[in-house]
This record gives sequence, C-alpha cells and structure tokens, in this order.
Amino acid sequence: MELLVATAIGALTASGVYLILRLRSFPVVIGTAMLSYAVNTFLFATGRLAVNQPPILGASAAGVVDPIPQALVLTAIVISFGMTALIVMLMLRAYLETSDDAVNLDPEDRP
Amino acid sequence: MNHWIIAPIVLPALVAPLIVLALRYDLLLQRVASLAACAGLLGLAVGLIAMAGEGPPQAYLLGDWPAPFGIVLVLDRLSAMMVLLTALLGLGVAGYAAGSGWDTRGRHFHALLQFQLMGLCGAFLTGDLFNLFVFFEVLLIASYGLMLHGGGAARLKAGVHYIVANLAGSTLFLFAVGAIYAATGTLNMADLAVKAGSATAENADLLRVGGLLLLAVFALKAALVPLHFWLPTAYAAAPAPSAALFAVMTKVGAYSVLRVYTLIFGAEAGSSAWLAADWLIPAALVTLAVGAVGVLGARRLGALVCFSVVASMGTVMAGVGLFTERSAAAAMFYMAHSTLAAAALFLIVELVSERRTRGDRIAPAPQMRHGELVGGFFMVAAIAMAGLPPLGGFLGKLMVLDAARADPAVWWIWAVVLTGSLVMVVGFARAGSVLFWRVEGEPAEGLSKPANAPLWATGAALAALAALTVWAGPVTGYMEAAAAQLHAPQDYVDAVLGAQTVAARALP
Repeated sequence: MELLVATAIGALTASGVYLILRLRSFPVVIGTAMLSYAVNTFLFATGRLAVNQPPILGASAAGVVDPIPQALVLTAIVISFGMTALIVMLMLRAYLETSDDAVNLDPEDRP
Repeated sequence: MNHWIIAPIVLPALVAPLIVLALRYDLLLQRVASLAACAGLLGLAVGLIAMAGEGPPQAYLLGDWPAPFGIVLVLDRLSAMMVLLTALLGLGVAGYAAGSGWDTRGRHFHALLQFQLMGLCGAFLTGDLFNLFVFFEVLLIASYGLMLHGGGAARLKAGVHYIVANLAGSTLFLFAVGAIYAATGTLNMADLAVKAGSATAENADLLRVGGLLLLAVFALKAALVPLHFWLPTAYAAAPAPSAALFAVMTKVGAYSVLRVYTLIFGAEAGSSAWLAADWLIPAALVTLAVGAVGVLGARRLGALVCFSVVASMGTVMAGVGLFTERSAAAAMFYMAHSTLAAAALFLIVELVSERRTRGDRIAPAPQMRHGELVGGFFMVAAIAMAGLPPLGGFLGKLMVLDAARADPAVWWIWAVVLTGSLVMVVGFARAGSVLFWRVEGEPAEGLSKPANAPLWATGAALAALAALTVWAGPVTGYMEAAAAQLHAPQDYVDAVLGAQTVAARALP
C-alpha cells in the first residue's frame, strides 16, 4: 500500500506541475486541482498508513490511527476547493475581458 | 489568561462581515466602520506593545485547551511590533482608499481590507504551524480580491499569475507541514522546538526536508530570488492602496523565517540547527542585486518601486540570515522602515500616474499638477528606500552592515549592500529627474482634477518615516529586546507549554 500511495502522490504532483506550466488557462486550473489532490493524499499519509483502524482511542480497539492528519486534510480540502472556485472564476473573467485564454502577459504589460 | 491577545484577530473578523452584510449599500458607513476598526486595531496594537514590553512571551489558549493539544496564540515583542506595523499601514490604506475614491471603483474594498488585516495579525500572533498556513490563506484570499479591485484586463492577467504562484506556494506549505508533522507528531511551534532536537536520525532527515520546503514557501512570500518573479508584475498591476498594504505582506515571509528558524530550527535543534543559515545569505544578496538592477532598468515608476521592494527584501533577509541577536534587531528595524517607505512609494506612483498624460512611464511629459510637492515626496521616499542619510533606511543598512562584521561572508555582504545602494540611488535619481524635471509640451486639459486627500495620506506615511528616524533610539532599544527574546527560545517554550488553563487554575 505504501508503494501505491507514494506512486499516486508522485504521479499527481508531476502531472500537476506539468499542467501548471502550460500556457492555456484550463490546464492550469486542472494542474492546481491535481496538486491539491496530491497534497491532501500526502497529508493523510503523514499520520502513517493504517487500514480499518478507528481514529478514537477506546478500550475495545486493537489500535488507532492518528486523527490529526484527517482534521488537517479537511481544512486543506476546504481551502483548496475555495481556491479552485476562485481561480476558475478569475480565469473566466480574464477570458471574457480579453477574449483570449492565454496565461502569458502582453509584452507591453511587462514591467 | 490575557484576552487582549486575540483581539487584533477578532476585531477585523467581526467588522468585515458587518461591512459585507449590513453596510453593503452604504459606502459612507462602510468607510466609517472600516476607519474606526483600523483606529481600534491601532489602539490594540499599541496596548499589545506595552504588554509585550513588560516581560516574557505570553500564550493565549483558545477554548482553554492545554498546549500542545489546542491552538495557541503567542504574544512577544516581535509579534506585537509586526501587529503595530500592520495596524499603522491598515489605517493609512483605509484613509487613502476613502479619500482617493478607490473604494468606489469596485465593491467590498473595505471588507477585503479588514479580512486582510485579520490574516496578517493572525499570522503574526499564531503559535502553531498549521494555523500559520490558515492565516496565510486568509490574507492571500483577501489579497487576491484587493489586487483585482477595480478590474481591467491587464490587472486580471497579472492577477492570474499572482494567484497561481501563491497556490503553488500554499501546496508546498502543506507538503512542508505534512513532512514536519510526520517527523515530530506535532505542529505546535513550542512543542516542535522541544522535539526537533530529540528526533531520531531517520526522522531528523524528514524534519530537515520539511524545514527546507518551508523555507522555500517563506522565500516565495518574501520574494527572494529565484522566487521573486511574481512580485513586480503583481504589485505594479495592483491598485495603489492595495499595493501599499502588500508592502507588509512580503514582510510576513521575513517574519516567519525569523520566527521558525530561530525557535524550531535554532541552536537546540541538533542536526537541524540553523537550517536556513546556509541558504539565506546567498539568496538575499542575489535578491538585493536583482532588485537594484531592476530599479535601474525599469521603464515605469510602478515597476521601479516593485524592484526597490525586492531589493529591500534582500537587505532584510541578509540581516535575518545572519541569525545573531544584533542582526535580527537590525533586520527588524530595516523591515519596519522599508515597509513604510515602500507604502509611501506605491502611493506616490499613483499620485504621479494620475497627474501625467503619460502615466507612470519614465519618459518626458507635460508639467504635472502639484509637480513640486509630488517631486518632494518622491525625493524623501527615494532617500528612505535607497538608504541615504538622514532617514532611517541609512541607520537600518548601517546596522545590518555592522551586524555582519563577525560573519565569514562579511566582504560579500558589504560589497553587495553598498553597491546595491549606489545602483538604487542612481536608478531613483534617473527616474526622478525624468519624471519631475524633463517637462515637454503644453499641460494637457484632458486629465480630471485629482483629489487632495491622497497627498495627505502620502504625507502621513512620510511623516511616519520621519518619526521612526527621530525616535530611532527607543525603537532600536525595543527591537534589541525583541531580538534577545527571539534568541532565548526557552522562554517562548515555557510560556506556551507551561501555560495553565483556566480550568486547571480554578482547581484548588
């Protein structure tokens, strides 16, 4: 399972980075989403991987899984979801105002 | 427990929704609420400075949960100082936005401003690495809104870059936080300071990876080379009051480096001790050089000011990166000074561009209205930013240079800081002489008469700079005490981990 999770995080990060570096706005949005999936999976793994373990310590439980990363992931998901919504809206506005979905700046806008 | 510590976060957090929900259609009331909240925040910040000056750091346990299980806020001299700086800038920006009418060019300026202040104060006061991330997000989300305020194609395009760069930074922050949690099992900064030194060899490697990833995030916020590329486009495209407020946002990166790499990765951290020291000085010197060259080469005043901000971050980080008590005090003084100077310069860019037919392009144009006054303002702000006497930028740079004396890289630091200052002086002089002296053609009638309030706001920012210079003695005294506190992390750890909950105190 470690191998599977690690490969998934690596593949998601690699494709996210690749897509963020594209010149069109749609791949960039997908790239940021990929990166946030990767980081959420990574955060889950920081509490060590365990299957079928409760997150609450009890007398009957054979073991427990660390609940903190789950809380962290929840916060991270909320924030990254909001960010994705924001960037989609922004890209749409930029497309509608400039009728062009290229991400690069015009030469005369550069400082 | 001292409840005033959380007040700088709660006040803007309450005023912002009030402005959005209740005062949505009344701009006058919005302005009054926003200005009153900023004035209140300033009062709170002054009070916190007095409280922090009394002695050791104080911890505030949210919901009375004992540390390290609950969330803590920590007040010490450094965080109180940063909150005061934020409050000062917030009040100036709110006044400028109301006086110049910037808040009429789009919606929710004041609400976003309050949210930004909340995020900034939270980032300065939190004692928990994950909450540092959360407050970073709060201030970034608000800054996206402020940066895009007023709209326009160029601003939107620049905004896309700014947001994507910061989203990547946030992702990296989470990776770093995750790695640190995996290595230590805690995210409370005081608890991390205890556990960093006693990590097993295997975990210590992971901790170092996390620590250096975190350094990359803070370098992105602080616009250190090679992560500075987003700043000139974003700040040049932002509205003047937003850009003036953003002057303190790069300092959040510098503050975080100061906090995390003295507390968690300080002398006690075993194999991770002084993790950032090897990387910061070279990065800071290259940043300073890039900024200075940018100042010289900029074709617009807005871009010139942005590059001068990059250069000033180079100087600040050179002071931070030496990691001694004296250098930390020097970096803090220069940080406070350069924040105010950058804010004043961003406001001056606006004063210039709305009075000239050619905007802020550094090229001859007809005589502008209030040319002498604006030119005088520019000269004072440029002197402050380039670090010439008599203003405090000179003192700040001198303190950084003096603190570098014992460092092996002293000649590099002296050479780059001094040459960089010279290049910046030349760049500012070139821009100023073209903008204010090379007058060509008849004054144009097409420009609308600019308001006078922005002149007052800019004057106030420059007066704050002058005040900082006049009272440099007491201010540096405070900052030396803050630096001493920073280099005695045991007091911080004791304050947080030894903080008794109200419930525990109530028991006999």
